[in-house]
Amino acid sequence: MPDVVLVTGVSRFTGAHLAGRLADSPGVGRVLGVDVVPPSPELSRRMGRAEFVRADIRNPLIAKIVSEARVDTVVQVSTGSDGLPPARTVHKEMNVLGTMRLMAACQSSPRVRKLVVKSTSAVYGASPRDPAVFTEDTAPKDLPSSGYSKDAVEVEGYARGLGRRRPDMDITVLRFTDLVGPRIDSALTRYFSLPLVPTIFGRDARLQLLHSEDALAVLQRATLEEHPGVFNVGGDGVLMLGQAIRRAGRAPTPLPGAAIPPLTGFLRGTNLAGLSAAQLEFLNFGRVVDTTRLRERFGFVPRWTTQQAFDDFVHGRDLRPLVSPERIRAAEREIGRAISRVRW
Amino acid sequence: MTNARVIPLHPDGGESRAGGQDGSEGSPGGGRARTGSEEDHADWHEALVDALAFARRRLLGEYGVDEFGFDRELTDRVFLPALRTVYENWFRVEAIGLDNVPSESGALVVANHSGTLPWDALMTTVALRDRHPAGRHLRMLGADLVFAAPLIGSLARRTGHTLACNEDAERLLRAGELVGVWPEGFKGIGKPFRDRYKLQRFGRGGFVSAAMRRGVPIVPCSIVGAEETYPKIGDIRPLARLLGTPYFPVTPFFPQLGALGAVPLPTKWYIEFGEPIDTVEYGADAADDPMVVFDLSDQVRENIQETIYRLLAQRDSVFFG
Repeated sequence: MPDVVLVTGVSRFTGAHLAGRLADSPGVGRVLGVDVVPPSPELSRRMGRAEFVRADIRNPLIAKIVSEARVDTVVQVSTGSDGLPPARTVHKEMNVLGTMRLMAACQSSPRVRKLVVKSTSAVYGASPRDPAVFTEDTAPKDLPSSGYSKDAVEVEGYARGLGRRRPDMDITVLRFTDLVGPRIDSALTRYFSLPLVPTIFGRDARLQLLHSEDALAVLQRATLEEHPGVFNVGGDGVLMLGQAIRRAGRAPTPLPGAAIPPLTGFLRGTNLAGLSAAQLEFLNFGRVVDTTRLRERFGFVPRWTTQQAFDDFVHGRDLRPLVSPERIRAAEREIGRAISRVRW
Repeated sequence: MTNARVIPLHPDGGESRAGGQDGSEGSPGGGRARTGSEEDHADWHEALVDALAFARRRLLGEYGVDEFGFDRELTDRVFLPALRTVYENWFRVEAIGLDNVPSESGALVVANHSGTLPWDALMTTVALRDRHPAGRHLRMLGADLVFAAPLIGSLARRTGHTLACNEDAERLLRAGELVGVWPEGFKGIGKPFRDRYKLQRFGRGGFVSAAMRRGVPIVPCSIVGAEETYPKIGDIRPLARLLGTPYFPVTPFFPQLGALGAVPLPTKWYIEFGEPIDTVEYGADAADDPMVVFDLSDQVRENIQETIYRLLAQRDSVFFG
């Protein structure tokens, strides 16, 4: 059981909630939440007993915090994707350089026994030459060349390096599919909130989603229990992109592939959506991961399926459908009745 | 056909309702006798109500796909009926030896590839869905080019097909699916007319190792008739390179007649499923033994070639069988 846990990225949903949950777990002595900016008052409340430490993981100071607070477990949650492109360089610094610093701190402090890294299934990339379902051992055909997925590949590389240099340390890498939930604000949730949702003509990606509650539960268990290794984490089942858009009560608007980048550039200006090139690839082909290892070796079964997680997001966000399902059902009944009355 | 369920009719339909109140689908013995036109009307009405419910489910996204993106309902209700017309009326396909295809367990159907456009693959899916007693869906393995192409790629996923790679093949076989491969690939489908019915090289035999690892039988499938649908007498390579396709076919009618030239010739087809070849006896370890894999791959290839020669010998006319 960990005694002192350090959680990075607590100014955001997952980090703050995880810190709060860990602080409430019996047996955990102290939880330190680290971030460059303080969490919002609401997230602060969520953090409960956990302490906030304002620090930058890119700064050498982090090593001092790790050793002086006698941290034995580090949870790296701060890698994030939902940056708008102007902030992209900042994100890259945070993701890659921050992780380097953090892992250097872990390596030099002999007390640190465990590292949990929140990674992403985006490390598999998305291309038509990949198998339909990725297992943890699948080598991607096209390594992500930019953006968040490339950062994640590098972060995982540092984690593997740390594992080689500190074989006594337990390292858990969790590759999450895209998170959704009533309170998740990401490029993907903003995308589904657009009234007309741009899609790529002639494509329909397969989506696998993870409910934010399941993400927190699996992070919590990975921190409190011993589960070294790499695990895919995603809800059961698949939604097609077009299907998901319809379930959100939106209208898919197919556009030629070439028209999407300038359009997202335009929308970005209005702060409606920030879709990066990697996310566009993702919308082209989608990505599905195999979660057998999570179920069998880790012993975790997500409570929400992809579809349930998505529906919960739609209801939780109170997305108003363009045409309500009731009206469509009523129209169906009306036409059905009209037909049955026709006689000749 | 678990997906083609009958949607109950609305009670205010009066006389025009079908008689099957007890849930039996408009059984002729139910209640009073109906006149022919009433029955027609009831069927027609039922079909429309059913279509409405289908449209509603599509509009609201109330349907399910598997992890490969296979949409059974859409396949059965939209794509198969369209292909069925071609199967029955245009190519008048005769499917032989369907009892060689297992009804429940996984199996690998290996077939010859021909005809410039993959009509042979599409017709084989219809044969197995419509004519096989268990109505099996054939999950085909296609080239990456198929999945890279817009429209075609997503259509292929929707109808249950996936990339030809060992991971996907084994995943489908493990799930007990019927998997279809065309190991000749583009060499087979794009071969010139003069080479018709001469089987090309069978790739690297990846399909054999997938079957061995999962211990499923290989069902050889021989297709006769597809070769003559578009007699490919030439190939415009620069155009193919420009379009990024493996070949740009020239037939007596294409591209001279434009879209009309893309209509396949109405040849008479035979699809014969041969006796399944057991792979269990080799054991899963044999999958990594290239010698065993190549031998079995050659055995399957010869089996298909011989069946094709036999079917050709029995055939009197390309168009009438």
